[in-house]
Amino acid sequence: MNDKTEIRQVTVISGKGGTGKTSLIASLAFLLQGYTILADADVDAADLYLIFSPEKSEKTEYYGTKKAVMDFDKCTKCMKCYESCRYGAIDQDLNIEIVRCEGCGLCKHVCPVDAITMVERVSGNYFVSETRIGRMVHAKLVPGEESSGLLVAEVRKKALEVAKEDNKLLVLIDGSPGIGCPVISSLSGSHMAIVVCEPTVSGKHDLERVLELLKQFNIPGFIVVNKSDINMDITNEIEEKFGKEFPIIAKIPHNHIFTQAMIEKKTVVEIDSKDKSVTDIQEMIENIAKLILEKLKIIH
Amino acid sequence: MISLAVVSGKGGTGKTTIATSLFLSLENAQLIDADVDEPNCSLFLDIKTEYVKDAQVPIPVIDSTKCILCGECVKNCEYNALANLPNQILVFDRICHGCGVCSVVCPTEAITEKNRSLGKIFSGTNEKRRFDYGELIVGEELSTPIISTLKEQIDEEKDYVIFDSPPGSACPMVEAVIDVDYVIVVAEPTPFGLSDMKVVVETLYQLNKKFGVIINKEGIGNEELENYCREKGIAILFRIPFDMKIAKSYSVGNNLLKTFPEWKGKFQKIIKEIAEEVKNE
Repeated sequence: MNDKTEIRQVTVISGKGGTGKTSLIASLAFLLQGYTILADADVDAADLYLIFSPEKSEKTEYYGTKKAVMDFDKCTKCMKCYESCRYGAIDQDLNIEIVRCEGCGLCKHVCPVDAITMVERVSGNYFVSETRIGRMVHAKLVPGEESSGLLVAEVRKKALEVAKEDNKLLVLIDGSPGIGCPVISSLSGSHMAIVVCEPTVSGKHDLERVLELLKQFNIPGFIVVNKSDINMDITNEIEEKFGKEFPIIAKIPHNHIFTQAMIEKKTVVEIDSKDKSVTDIQEMIENIAKLILEKLKIIH
Repeated sequence: MISLAVVSGKGGTGKTTIATSLFLSLENAQLIDADVDEPNCSLFLDIKTEYVKDAQVPIPVIDSTKCILCGECVKNCEYNALANLPNQILVFDRICHGCGVCSVVCPTEAITEKNRSLGKIFSGTNEKRRFDYGELIVGEELSTPIISTLKEQIDEEKDYVIFDSPPGSACPMVEAVIDVDYVIVVAEPTPFGLSDMKVVVETLYQLNKKFGVIINKEGIGNEELENYCREKGIAILFRIPFDMKIAKSYSVGNNLLKTFPEWKGKFQKIIKEIAEEVKNE
């Protein structure tokens, strides 16, 4: 961590969706724009483009899993493929249902007459774009496609490359909700994680699972309790239960400013307001940004 | 039997709230929580687990006395779950999708399979209501096989089966909705909410599904989501206003019907209309 040339990765995750992860990372990226490249790795619900209006995008096609294609001129209807497929992707008339096909190629291997080929398909795109805060890496998965974890890995790799080119020290990654393959992929190589949660019974339950994941991967985690005033009792329970191992770095009350900023295509910290409830929140976010730089020894 | 899935592109829009409310509005129904990364329905229901089942995926076991290190299994694995070391073949359990290609391509029949647990399925009943949920083991990557195992739990005797789908629009969501008769999309009227809903709608068009939208937290954002639905001719089934009372009541694990018992009739009506639409096909 003391190696000054190593680019640091910070991933913002949430376990439960809708806790304010994307709004928070947008503000952090705005505040840290001199230091960071922003990467949107929430590839099947990518929303950061709505705040930063990316332009002059350089697009790269992403090839996910292959799909099986049947040549009916060669097929002898032996049914071996139908009997072998473990995903129910081949029906009795030997039509291949693309959305169910996992691209494993088992059907091709069992076919005695080489009637099946495996075809590569574009299952998403990723982009390097220009925005008002510098370059941003973002992606779009083709709806319904799988292997989003692999696309996340591409976004992460690309963001590190771009950070190097632009002499940035930091990559901020917006991760997916949940704890499965795309989340694990977004956490890979991270130096720290910020976990945004909400004080509800489900929020607490989901937080516990996502923190367990951080422990397994040995990534230091910091908790932000958003909408903290919805239930102060649970906010306190979260602090008592997890705070020792995963410090609570902000408790942000529920505020309309989050939705308003989104509608104005701005980050929360860009909103000009004299309302103390808003400026208090802006100050909390500024403190989180400072803490990231200090913890990663980018500033002392 | 009619099957429904409750989905949302964006997380936190109220999918679980809607799924549990629909379930509790019905007498003879089954709820399946397929959001196996973060299953939450059980927190809003009073149904005890009666039995537990493992959700498994078959993974290869390599018999080193038969293996000739030819590398065919490594070469043909589409998921890079095998690696060729100088004196052994290594299996990366967590990446393996359990497709079975390696055993088929092995020329010396050195590969057999064993089952590996990815998570658990919990099931319980309360009178004529049945509830099942799946839970991914923390650290595991593959949610989809647990959802497939959950689908084996469908009780055909029920009038309705409701799936609480994972958020997003990638493979776990597709697995949850692909076989249902009707999909309910829960969305919030904000720019993020609309953007994520559009991706879900595209997915549902592609899957050729009938669907309608429930707008939750009405009043927090703008009109654009409503305009989009109107332009596309998408039915809006219900609107739930944003209300701190709902948020606070949700926070302690109360179901929506506990806060607003009078909405039970409304949910029953939504279901009845959906049932008619499905039967008229």
